[in-house]
Amino acid sequence: MNDSDDIVKEFLVESYENLDRLDRDLITLEKNPNDREILGSIFRTIHTIKGTSGFLAFDKLGAVAHVGESLLGRLRDGQLVLDPEITTGLLAMVDAVRQMLASIEATSVEGERDDSELISRLTRLQQPPEASAKREVAPVPESISETAALAPNIGDILMQRAGVTPAEILLAAEKQKEGDPRHMGEILVEQGAARPADVVDALQVQQAARGQSASDSTIRLDVALLDQLMNLVGELVLARNQILQFANSTEESGLLATSQRLNLITSELQEGVMKTRMQPIGNIWSKLPRTVRDLALGCGKQVRVEMEGKETELDKTLIEAIKDPLTHIVRNSVDHGIERPEVRQAAGKDPEGRLCLRAFHEGGQVNIEISDDGAGLDQDRIRNKAVQKGLVSADQAGRMTDREIVNLVFLPGFSTAEIVTNVSGRGVGMDVVKTHIEKIGGTVDLQSKPGQGVMVRMKIPLTLAIIPALIVTSAGERYAVPQVNLLELVGVGGGAGRQGIEMIHGVPVYRLRGRLLPLVYLNRELQTDAKAPDATSAAPAAKTDLLDFAKARYAHEEWLGRLRQVLDGATTMTVEQAGSPTQCALGKWLYATGLKEYSGIQEMPQVEAAHKRFHELVREVVALKAQGDTAGAERAFTEVGPASRKVVELLTAVERKVLECQNVNIVVLEADGRHFGLVVDEINDTEEIVVKPLSKHLKNISVYAGATIMGDGKVALILDVLGLAQCSRILAEGRERLQGEEVQATEEGANGKQKLVLFAGLGGARMAVPLKLLARLENIPGAHVERSGNQWVTQYRGQILPLIRVSHALEERRHLPPGEDVLSLPTTSMLQVLVLENEHQSFGLVVNQILDIVESTLQPQSPPTRIGVLHSSVIEDRVTELLDVPALLRAGEAYEPAEAHAAKS
Amino acid sequence: MTELTTMTSAHQFCTFYLNHLLFGVESQKIQEVVTYREMRPVPLAPPVVIGLMNLRGQVVVALDLRRQLELPERPSNMTPVCLVVRAAGGTVCLLADEVGNVVEVEEQTFEPSPETLSKRLRSVILGVHKLERQLMHVLDTDQACEIQAIGQGQSSGA
Repeated sequence: MNDSDDIVKEFLVESYENLDRLDRDLITLEKNPNDREILGSIFRTIHTIKGTSGFLAFDKLGAVAHVGESLLGRLRDGQLVLDPEITTGLLAMVDAVRQMLASIEATSVEGERDDSELISRLTRLQQPPEASAKREVAPVPESISETAALAPNIGDILMQRAGVTPAEILLAAEKQKEGDPRHMGEILVEQGAARPADVVDALQVQQAARGQSASDSTIRLDVALLDQLMNLVGELVLARNQILQFANSTEESGLLATSQRLNLITSELQEGVMKTRMQPIGNIWSKLPRTVRDLALGCGKQVRVEMEGKETELDKTLIEAIKDPLTHIVRNSVDHGIERPEVRQAAGKDPEGRLCLRAFHEGGQVNIEISDDGAGLDQDRIRNKAVQKGLVSADQAGRMTDREIVNLVFLPGFSTAEIVTNVSGRGVGMDVVKTHIEKIGGTVDLQSKPGQGVMVRMKIPLTLAIIPALIVTSAGERYAVPQVNLLELVGVGGGAGRQGIEMIHGVPVYRLRGRLLPLVYLNRELQTDAKAPDATSAAPAAKTDLLDFAKARYAHEEWLGRLRQVLDGATTMTVEQAGSPTQCALGKWLYATGLKEYSGIQEMPQVEAAHKRFHELVREVVALKAQGDTAGAERAFTEVGPASRKVVELLTAVERKVLECQNVNIVVLEADGRHFGLVVDEINDTEEIVVKPLSKHLKNISVYAGATIMGDGKVALILDVLGLAQCSRILAEGRERLQGEEVQATEEGANGKQKLVLFAGLGGARMAVPLKLLARLENIPGAHVERSGNQWVTQYRGQILPLIRVSHALEERRHLPPGEDVLSLPTTSMLQVLVLENEHQSFGLVVNQILDIVESTLQPQSPPTRIGVLHSSVIEDRVTELLDVPALLRAGEAYEPAEAHAAKS
Repeated sequence: MTELTTMTSAHQFCTFYLNHLLFGVESQKIQEVVTYREMRPVPLAPPVVIGLMNLRGQVVVALDLRRQLELPERPSNMTPVCLVVRAAGGTVCLLADEVGNVVEVEEQTFEPSPETLSKRLRSVILGVHKLERQLMHVLDTDQACEIQAIGQGQSSGA
């Protein structure tokens, strides 16, 4: 039982290997139909499959292989000449064989299938076409024994070695033709023309000539065994690192020498084991000629595939990983790149297109180039398409270099194919290629010359198991940053006069050679800086981080808005409240932490003084208002503005000073084409680390790529730079703002047009949100709205969708219509809801009326008037407020009914 | 013969204490017991994850059984022991207060967990063996090595 399983397994492995070669061979043969060597090799493969399947009782497989073999026999005998039709037939046969093998592998039977059509087709192909009758030549007598297709046949050997005459061999051949099932040797022995010993001898010679030598020097190994070996070597490397560290701290010369020797041997062993996992890239290339042929036939093109550097080796797992991207690029080249023969001829090119695959080692990486001599990419079309799809603004696109333009095709959602073919152009394309390549630490780049073709270059690391990494420290723990993502290291601060970290709206950035580099604080990202996660609490918390100032300023500005409300009569405030510099949010921060934390900065007392002065003015305003002197209050209010600005200015000045004093190490990283700076406490060293996978408990924490063991035996975590970049944009409050900032920046800087959804808020005020955030427009019956906590929610597509009322989320909530409680359910029967998506989070924005979708150039004409609004601008001759969706979301979350009640009373 | 050995070993339990309660895990699931060593904390991980440890070149995740079983936090002056367990998802290190003996139990002393135990705990604690002096809680090793969905009553500051 087990024996036959083993045999089947062996048969499958061998057959798969042969089939892969077969595809390639058939294509080569089509180019060069007279290559008898290749023909012989194909014939032998099919013959082996036929023979073994007969032995293992796979009848259907045997039948298909048999008819294929007969066809090949005719070709070999010169009775037929290979033409595309026959090649297609043979390829179909190979496919059928492959399917059956797959089925045997999965279910150990060939499966229910009907190959009669294929068999009859192949049988039909065996009939020589009338036109090629002239090619029919007499059967060559060499084809006496079919097993000896390529190797010298037994008759020849016996003639040379045992003195058998040609006549005797012909006689034996005649007998075989008449249907004698026996082998040539047997017949000759029976005829007395050869001794049995001669035949045995001759068989050995024949065997040797068939090139069995290769199989003697190679063995097949289970990949699992190699993986295990690799793991062990990984551990050996670790042990060596530990011993080296230990040895370096002793004076023992013997130990030192031995450890050096161990070092060398380990390195060599590591290299050797790595090599066992290496496979030539030709293994995956071999499938491409077939793909290209089918595709080219399908689109009526002629394509020649050239390969260079087939023997270039890389790790087995990497080979697997680049298979699909490679195929995709090749398909693209044939489908879009290479023109039809008539077009090519008109352009003065060879009607046959050329697709060149090239692989070579360079700088510890494998370079793979896929180039064609097709039409190249249409840069204008790419540019227009990118602008049209909103991937870049027109202005940005205008400033881009040709190379930058062509690389836009790697952006998600980009496809220039005007007609979606079954091959490519479904919008998932090059961006998937890029993600796949980047996932294994590689890069991909595209160059195009109009009219001359396209070249895609991939750079792939040799292996993933042991990687060079930069070791950094954050909050007392070490982390490894893979060097592939590393661009440079920057030390900031410490000395006077050097440009420090700056803030954009609470988000730290660093000016690196004139460009703003967003900064990510590792300890903040990993939440190792504060024990209590209080980032979401509304009041500025006693947190000693740089965002203090942003929050403090924000609190101050909010307060100013409230005063305006008092003046408008929307809310009230006691004179005492107004005049106390310790009761407002800024005051609380100032007296609780600010003054203590930043006591060393000379501007700090000035901040306190300015803040006191501000409140004195406020007290005056409120007092006047309380006395009913509205005009006086308004007059006094004009003085509050400058006083407030003074406070903000001073806070900013202090912040700058604080930042300047800080010593900061920035690791500049690249993730998905974007650069950012990772701020760490300490930069240690670069080291070769062995990547250990994380247990499944920790797999879903995207910021880690794995773990490793350091020289001292301690565990360090490997950071996943891509995950870190994503995480830092999604999780932290400040990052959201950065995104908004970027959007704003591009809008302002590029004057790009943007699609907006216009709607009416409370009192008919016109507002807009970017269309790209909009998922759907919905009408939700008021009865379907439920309450959860102090929020409106509704059940939407099986999920709970939080509803945010524009009128409530903005400060207008203080203008609640009388009688409407904040928490009361909607009174209207139908609600108009914009279902928005922000950072993978859906929520519904309840608006009064949806007006229109417009494309407009956003020209901020006035600064934000309130929280939740990015800026106001004139759209279609009406002043429209562009909503700041992330801020709205936060406002919605932090919305407390108690506060609202207080405001109402 | 082979059947007999599996029979007996299935009833052999390696015991340990958590908050003075006696627990038992099938002894064949225990790879080894090692002394507590420095753990590498993993920021952002659930509180149950104490950290990663280097077990002869293998990186193993360490889970605190007290937190896993919603027991009070271990006093800071108590050094836990590490039970290295072969669970379905790989090798995991479970932290217990103290190791006990290996005990052999009869099937008839077993009783499943009472319904009053929370559903989650019932999936981890299969039941108890009524030993002479004490009840031995039987842990489902695979479940004990799983991290439950977020939101279990686990306060990080406790």
